[in-house]
Amino acid sequence: MNIIDRRLNPQGKSLANRQRFLRRAKEQVVKAVRDASGKRGIQDIENGEKVTIAAGGVREPSFHRASQGGVRDYVVPGNKEYVEGDTIQRPDGGGGGRGSEGSADGEGEDEFRFVLSRDEFLDIFLEDLELPDLVKQKVKQSESHSLTRAGYSVSGSPANLNLVRTMRNSLSRRIALKRPKRDEIRELEEMLREAEEAGEDAEQIQALREQLEHIVLRSRRIPFIDPIDVRYNRFESVPKPIAQAVMFCLMDVSGSMTEHMKDLAKRFFMLLYLFLRRRYRSVDIVFIRHTHEAKEVDEETFFYSTETGGTVVSTALEEMQKVVQERYPDSEWNIYAAQASDGDNMSSDNAKSATLLRDVILPMCQYFAYIEVAAEHNMGLSALGRETELWRTYKQVQSPERPLAMRRVRSRREIFPVFRELFAREKAGA
Amino acid sequence: MTAVITRPEALLYDGVEWDYDKIKRVYDAIEHIALKEMGLDVYPNQIEVITAEQMLDAYSSIGMPLMYKHWSFGKHFARDEMMYRKGYRGLAYEIVINSSPCISYIMEENTMTMQTLVIAHAAFGHNHFFKNNQLFQQWTDAQGILDYLEFAKTYITHCEERYGHAAVERVLDAAHALMSQGVHKYPKKRSDLRTEQRRERERQEYQDQTFNDLWRTVPKPTAGQRPAKSVSERKKLLGLPEENILYFLEKKAPRLEHWQREILRIVRHISQYFYPQKQTKVMNEGCATYVHYQIMSRLHETGQISEGAFLEFLHSHTSVVFQPEFDDKRFSGLNPYALGFAMMQDIARIAEKPTDEDRQWFPDLAGRGDGMAAVREAWANFRDESFVLQYLSPHLMRKLKLFSVRDDAEDPYLLVDHIHNERGYRDIRKKLARQYDLGYLEPDIQIVDVDLAGDRKLILQHRVTNGVLLDESDAKAVLRHIANLWGYEVQLIEVSAISEAILKEHAVTAPSGVGVV
Repeated sequence: MNIIDRRLNPQGKSLANRQRFLRRAKEQVVKAVRDASGKRGIQDIENGEKVTIAAGGVREPSFHRASQGGVRDYVVPGNKEYVEGDTIQRPDGGGGGRGSEGSADGEGEDEFRFVLSRDEFLDIFLEDLELPDLVKQKVKQSESHSLTRAGYSVSGSPANLNLVRTMRNSLSRRIALKRPKRDEIRELEEMLREAEEAGEDAEQIQALREQLEHIVLRSRRIPFIDPIDVRYNRFESVPKPIAQAVMFCLMDVSGSMTEHMKDLAKRFFMLLYLFLRRRYRSVDIVFIRHTHEAKEVDEETFFYSTETGGTVVSTALEEMQKVVQERYPDSEWNIYAAQASDGDNMSSDNAKSATLLRDVILPMCQYFAYIEVAAEHNMGLSALGRETELWRTYKQVQSPERPLAMRRVRSRREIFPVFRELFAREKAGA
Repeated sequence: MTAVITRPEALLYDGVEWDYDKIKRVYDAIEHIALKEMGLDVYPNQIEVITAEQMLDAYSSIGMPLMYKHWSFGKHFARDEMMYRKGYRGLAYEIVINSSPCISYIMEENTMTMQTLVIAHAAFGHNHFFKNNQLFQQWTDAQGILDYLEFAKTYITHCEERYGHAAVERVLDAAHALMSQGVHKYPKKRSDLRTEQRRERERQEYQDQTFNDLWRTVPKPTAGQRPAKSVSERKKLLGLPEENILYFLEKKAPRLEHWQREILRIVRHISQYFYPQKQTKVMNEGCATYVHYQIMSRLHETGQISEGAFLEFLHSHTSVVFQPEFDDKRFSGLNPYALGFAMMQDIARIAEKPTDEDRQWFPDLAGRGDGMAAVREAWANFRDESFVLQYLSPHLMRKLKLFSVRDDAEDPYLLVDHIHNERGYRDIRKKLARQYDLGYLEPDIQIVDVDLAGDRKLILQHRVTNGVLLDESDAKAVLRHIANLWGYEVQLIEVSAISEAILKEHAVTAPSGVGVV
């Protein structure tokens, strides 16, 4: 008997099959994921998702008998009261599970349920989205580099010698130049010795000797490995991208922000967080809430405690600037910011906010997203053309070269489309 | 105080944790009982310890250690994984492969008692059955299967690289749909899977060698020149009627490439390999369950396992052989473990302590003594259908309170036609045997005609028994697959087996754009 421990064997032998399956069911899975993300709470968006897809595309048909019609016999155990000739009310739903037919899966014929892993879910969920300016511009001057393989070169250090390439070149050169093989030399030597021992005539010995001399000379002239054969692995140094990001969540928490609006804002922040998490090794979050004054708070306070007071947006921008200067130097961090507000601002503050945003915040940000949330039933004053104070202020700042994006959101359902729109992968050539 | 008489020093193991030494000890003890006392005959064993994760992997590739890649395995994996993670379903304690050496997977989570049970069940029970049952001897090649799967896997990977995933997937989809129609039910020639690989190469080489471009230039005979063959002559030339649809397509489909035929062949061989397992579910499980029960009891009797371990074993054993009654909401047909185990016990009982009734019903078997030999004989020579027909005793029918029900779609009620009494025994036995007869369970579908010189329409026939037609949408889908392979129109006619009347027709047109390249 043999006992073999297979536990350390590579896991996930079915991965390739699973990928084939997901590829096959792609359309349906994407649709199911979209539906699911509309319904579920934002907290568990990171978990895997049980999705149900129509079995149509992944059906495995076979010739089998229909479950209805005809005459069938069953033998079943557990008779308690029946005698021959008794009749039984037909159970609902055809065979009622008796007999050998029926779906072996124990589930409906029309749908197939399974669980997507977190990664698969997010992959499909965030598919086609691209972060603007993924790599920090400053990186070009940064000191941090790493080496990657980049083909072969004819010069290099002995440690990087590529044996396979070198020998291949050497072999082909030797064949091309007809370098005598060691066996040939040996054979000739042998013949010569035999001839000498046998005492054959001098002329023949002389001829052999000359021939031997000739090929020895030739093999000396054509080296086994020539400097032109030698190849080295070439490495190129590539600047290492900054792999950390910080995300600023700015939110107006004055009295005019309802729970509904905060919920919308939260959803947006969560999506952004998820998205950054997939692109950067570490993502910090800073929560800054403001009324007429701004404060950095923890997440709980940020979303759930209420404050009263007026609304001065510039305070939040100032706070953000302060935090960046203190903890997140923009040479080392990718900075993303998302601001959510209902659009109120003290009119006296508008000019200051605009200047601050234009001259300080935007230059250090990779991306700044402004989300204006509105009550759901309020079918949008903005829809009627009235823009809020803050919207108008930011609009002045907006220009193609600045990384500022603005969108309005009214209901949960709009969050994801807006998010997609903001981060949609740019078309080629754009 | 304690009345336990076991001697702890004789115990093979203690506690729940397992390690390799314990397994080795237990294996030797079991081997002794199995070979010396029970007279089993097994392939050499190979026991592999795997994780739950890997068990799920093994599930999805129909239990084989290697398998080619296909999305349907991924689909099964996705479902099994969900069922397992959500706790709807546990994992099997073991998987065993009919190969030589016989590979049994055991899970690392199992307790030592479970490992003991699994070794007794799989490495000796199933193993003995695989080696000795005549169906397996006749149909499967335990020595060659792993090598063949390796070949199949690399061959299909190679095809995917060369012809693209989509093209290979199309052929595999179609082949899988026809898997049940891809077995030879009557042996023609013993197939040796090892030579299969060589033959594949040789076929290819022969074709390459005999290729002569000149043939292309030979003028084709026009329609009028060739005398029309009679229908019967035509059928004879093509070997019709043929019930192995995959075989027919592999050999005769006019537009398939060499590699496509080879894929059909691979799927056909795998299907054939599993054919005996489909026919011996009750016997195979019954054999393994009976063996593990005997071995565990024996280990307990001789004081080699503790009372606690034996109780743990009894707990899982009883849940394995539990048979809910028909009105129980857990009922989902007869449990093959329960029926198989009960019948094995019954055979041993009849051989050793028969009643008068048994003597009347089983004159050759009753009272012959040596129950184990009688059971071994049954394992070697029967399949489920014939096994039930031969051995199901009135005693067991009464015990299980079997009764038979007739469901005629035209009647408003179900009719109880036989119960476990003197008048019903034989009929119940016959009907139960039929429930395990693959030839009866699977629809009888054959290729009956094709006119290669004409429109090349392929005609299939389903001989309908008891008025039960094919499931229409699935049948249509499978026909689509056949048409993709065949390349021309395909028609399926359902005729009554009794009156030859045509009940229904399905047809699928030739694939558009000539998909076969």
